[in-house]
Amino acid sequence: MFPARFNYYRAESLPEVLDLLARHGSEGKILAGGQSVIPLMKLRLASPAVLIDINRVRELQAIAGDERGGLRIGALTRHHHMEIKKWPRSLALLMDAARDIGDPQVRNLGTVGGALAEVDPAGDWGPVMLSLGARVRAVSPKGERTLPIDELFVDAFTTCLAEDELLREVEIPPLSDGTGTAYLKMERKAGDFAIASAAVRVNRSPDGRCQDVGIGLGGVGLVPLRARGAEDLLRGSNLEEELIREAEESVRKECEPLADIRGSVEFKRQVVGVLFRRALKIALRRAQGEEVEAGHV
Amino acid sequence: MKQRVPISLTVNGEIHELFIPPWQLLLDTLRDELGLTGAKRCCIEGQCGACTVLIDGKPINSCLYLTIEAQNQEIVTAEGLVEDGKPHPIQKAFVERGAVQCGFCTPGLVVATKALLDQNPNPTEDEIRIALSGHLCRCGAYVQITEAVMAAARETAQKEVGV
Ligand SMILES: Cc1cc2nc3c(=O)[nH]c(=O)nc-3n(C[C@H](O)[C@H](O)[C@H](O)COP(=O)(O)OP(=O)(O)OC[C@H]3O[C@@H](n4cnc5c(N)ncnc54)[C@H](O)[C@@H]3O)c2cc1C
Repeated sequence: MFPARFNYYRAESLPEVLDLLARHGSEGKILAGGQSVIPLMKLRLASPAVLIDINRVRELQAIAGDERGGLRIGALTRHHHMEIKKWPRSLALLMDAARDIGDPQVRNLGTVGGALAEVDPAGDWGPVMLSLGARVRAVSPKGERTLPIDELFVDAFTTCLAEDELLREVEIPPLSDGTGTAYLKMERKAGDFAIASAAVRVNRSPDGRCQDVGIGLGGVGLVPLRARGAEDLLRGSNLEEELIREAEESVRKECEPLADIRGSVEFKRQVVGVLFRRALKIALRRAQGEEVEAGHV
Repeated sequence: MKQRVPISLTVNGEIHELFIPPWQLLLDTLRDELGLTGAKRCCIEGQCGACTVLIDGKPINSCLYLTIEAQNQEIVTAEGLVEDGKPHPIQKAFVERGAVQCGFCTPGLVVATKALLDQNPNPTEDEIRIALSGHLCRCGAYVQITEAVMAAARETAQKEVGV
């Protein structure tokens, strides 16, 4: 098993990537960590005539704070770097997600940008970034644009990016004080994709009211989903137990799982509701400064 | 399309000047062009870890990595751990603890252990299991493998304090 023939170009800088995209965008593919595209090429499900290797482009590798207190994560940031980074407590879900993606070999190569651009229905970064209300900065030879992450995911394995567009970085907006986050993933075995997963960001005011909440779901639709109905139920509430149960039911109704080797539709619906409720509870405890473990189930 | 391109590949400290097809996987170059058969051709889809080698000290699956990506990077295979014809303490520990049964997963595990101990000379059992979670051993020698890594860690630590 090996890929079909292609011409290989290695870009050393962002302008070089854009130049290569201008010349080869329509027949080419970007090579980031290769952990999705190389398997696809070996199976001949993809046979690009040109491969544009962006692995040496330093501009794409930084994690940096921005002026407003948000974060910018370069597209080429490896899962491994997300795993070992010391995140502020409010972003604990980044660590929850990073450490259970594939295995160490996959995490050493796979990138955040590659995973988002791949739109694997069971991928981990999609639900996480949805819950955070992240935005994506894309560049092409024609210019630059920033879009909400919700718009990136068009269909399974399909983004809204044009052929000559590069996902440059992910912007995580600043989180207000009292924010807690958590990500829970159920997997069949170590290293596997999620059966289902849930990411929660929640912010509680000192008087106990839910000021804001973001809920992302993985493995239960063609693309990572945002549970807007459940978000609306909880936002502004006092997060009473009864209401949380109602939100859990809403999560189950809002998702659209498909039956596959990882489980039936009913099973995934059941699981994703429970994962959401537990992730919310962990996020709330973390918001109060507690150290709580999350990750896989 | 260019059938072959020149590449300079550093494997186990030795530089090789090769002409390879850009679509050739690192695993195939190591085995078929350089005769380094430590990395195994097994699941060939990044699931089993038998083809694991180190790139700049980090374990990767060489079945999901193009040779051409490795230009100017340091590649280490299980063969590279041998010094003066003598097995590395990690390799010795694997043999002595019965962590080698059929042996097919061993070269991958050995280099992954090298990467782990270079980063964390004194890992806990949990840390070992997490670090080696990308390797399948179909003989099921996981207990012995974990013990071998602990023994290798002790051995290396003793060497360092000169016992
Ligand atoms: C054994 C195994 C287990 C895995 N388990 C998990 C898991 O549990 N959870 C999970 O989320 N993922 C998992 N993955 C997938 C992994 O996270 C991949 O790294 C990821 O999906 C793709 O990232 P990459 O950097 O390898 O991208 P590549 O494979 O290089 O690229 C993927 C696609 O995105 C495009 N692309 C890449 N970068 C950009 C960019 N900056 N701009 C525009 N387009 C771009 C490419 O052209 C290609 O079409 C697993 C993979 C393997 C092999």
